[in-house]
Amino acid sequence: MSVTMQTIAELRGVTKTFGNVVAAKDLNLSIGKGEFLSFLGPSGCGKTTALRMLAGFEKPTEGQVLLDGEVVNDLDAHHRPVNMVFQHYALFPHLSVFDNIAYGLRQQRPRVDKQTIATKVEQALETVRLGGFGPRRIWEMSGGQQQRVALARAIVNEPKLLLLDEPMAALDRKLRKEMQFELQNLQRQLGITFVLVTHDQEEALSMSDRICVMEGGSIVQVGSPRELYDMPRSRYVAGFVGTSNFFDATVTDSAADQITVRLASGQKVHGTPEIPIDAGQEVCVSIRPEQITLTRALPTAEIALPVTIQNRIFLGEHTEYLARNEALGDFHVLVPRQAELNEGTFNAGEQAFVSWGEGALLILEK
Amino acid sequence: MTERGRKALLLAPAGIWLLVMLALPLLVVFVFSFGERGAAGGYVPAFTLEQYANLPARWTAFKNTLILAPLGTIAALVIAYPLAYFLAVRCSPKWRTSLLILVIVPFWTSILIRSYAWIFILGGRGLPALLESIGIDDVRLINTPFAVLVGIVYGYLPLMVFPIFVSLDKLDKRLLEASADLGSTPWRTFRQVTLPLSVPGIATGCMLVFILLMGEFLIPAILGGGKVFFVGNALVDLFLQSRNWAYGSAVAMTLVVVMLVTVSIYMKFIARLGGQREDVSLM
Repeated sequence: MSVTMQTIAELRGVTKTFGNVVAAKDLNLSIGKGEFLSFLGPSGCGKTTALRMLAGFEKPTEGQVLLDGEVVNDLDAHHRPVNMVFQHYALFPHLSVFDNIAYGLRQQRPRVDKQTIATKVEQALETVRLGGFGPRRIWEMSGGQQQRVALARAIVNEPKLLLLDEPMAALDRKLRKEMQFELQNLQRQLGITFVLVTHDQEEALSMSDRICVMEGGSIVQVGSPRELYDMPRSRYVAGFVGTSNFFDATVTDSAADQITVRLASGQKVHGTPEIPIDAGQEVCVSIRPEQITLTRALPTAEIALPVTIQNRIFLGEHTEYLARNEALGDFHVLVPRQAELNEGTFNAGEQAFVSWGEGALLILEK
Repeated sequence: MTERGRKALLLAPAGIWLLVMLALPLLVVFVFSFGERGAAGGYVPAFTLEQYANLPARWTAFKNTLILAPLGTIAALVIAYPLAYFLAVRCSPKWRTSLLILVIVPFWTSILIRSYAWIFILGGRGLPALLESIGIDDVRLINTPFAVLVGIVYGYLPLMVFPIFVSLDKLDKRLLEASADLGSTPWRTFRQVTLPLSVPGIATGCMLVFILLMGEFLIPAILGGGKVFFVGNALVDLFLQSRNWAYGSAVAMTLVVVMLVTVSIYMKFIARLGGQREDVSLM
């Protein structure tokens, strides 16, 4: 989020407990106007609770929820200028597609006249590419179409925040991909702030301006997809955003801008961690599979480790190798098609070397 | 065995049952209704429309049935709906089962005994005595249409509560959240979402209670004291007391026809209310 961006919603020290269970712990986050923000984490990490507090379904136990600069803790859901696309759509089965979409407009007081409602509903239907489907019954619509109706039902009210609770969980893979592009286009076209909850990293990475990674009720890192991918703060974030190779290490030397760690194999490597780390601390190093080079000859890189090829999976534009080092264990290596053509295919049991360029190795909190 | 043979085998027990217990007796009643009363009662074969011509003599019984059965159904609905709503939506799951059992408990005793209890409550030494003590004199409850109505509601309430409870219990609570999210107040959410989606339960409950009430004779006999009688009472009288089987059959046939007509009108109405939804079933 750029500094100049206007804040539309904010969580200030928000904690939510259900009995003895702490669902959300001291959440601090501001959401910029017009941005696409995702809450990412496994189930039970508190992302849905955060969303439900923005919607007004849950009241924070502590802290404040702000919308447009006003504290809305005590404002009921039906008074908030916020709309939600529910996980299983929650479309009204007794109403037609048109009536479902018109539902929100019809609740407004003073009343919106019929002509305006009809125009807006038709527009919303066009926006989600369901023009002419108004008179249909909900059960006559396919899963993907129902998803669009749910979306239209929310956006027709021009909410300040559009909340999406795992909106694509019920769609098959191909449809999900399509929907991801569409959602992103829609968000740019409408300029509405989108807040998405998902456990699917691909979904979060492909659509969001910023991702808020959560774990155990707390926010662990907020940043753009690229920031999270390139500079994860912890092993948890690195593992949740993309895949990576992780190895234990001990810090031997800690300077202001560079620290040195010793791998279990004895080699010393340098890096610049995102967070302050003291000498002697146990840490974790991470190397992305696509940043590792696999060669037959000993490379000139600072560190090269001998490995034995275990397995090979052909993925089209990449080939994934599983290579084992005696001291460190398994490396996942992603070899691009071109590199493989140059070096030739490795077979199981073959000896090789793994190496990586400067900056590829990240030092993370354990 | 062929698919058809298997289907036939599955349907056979119910088919035979319906034939022997419903179709044949109905045919007998139909034939009897054109006959004459024997000198010592019973039935003498004949073909006459005399029995049907005599129907107006029993007009009061039809009138009472056609007024009190719908009224009783509506009264039961009005009392059952809030109860079912509380049990399905508002009640904590901890209490729900126990409270549901309490709704069924009255069924463990015979309706005869339970209705007799109401004779005491509504009789001179019951409620009227209590009202007298606070200065309201001369209230007569027993043997009035009101007493019959009370008995009906009391006796048939569970049959109304359960279908409504089931439809409200099935209701996806996320729809209520969606409604609130779209700006609807709790009352409007009830009117626009909860109520329409519980129509199948209401329809089933009303149907069950109404059909049973059309044939009711016990409650009017006990709480109406012979002053408020239903077609059911007329039939008991004609078949068991005056032994006029032919006339009784004509009255019975008429009741069947009246029932078919009212129920089919009712079903049309419900179908329209439910907006031709495919998941609206009446039973």
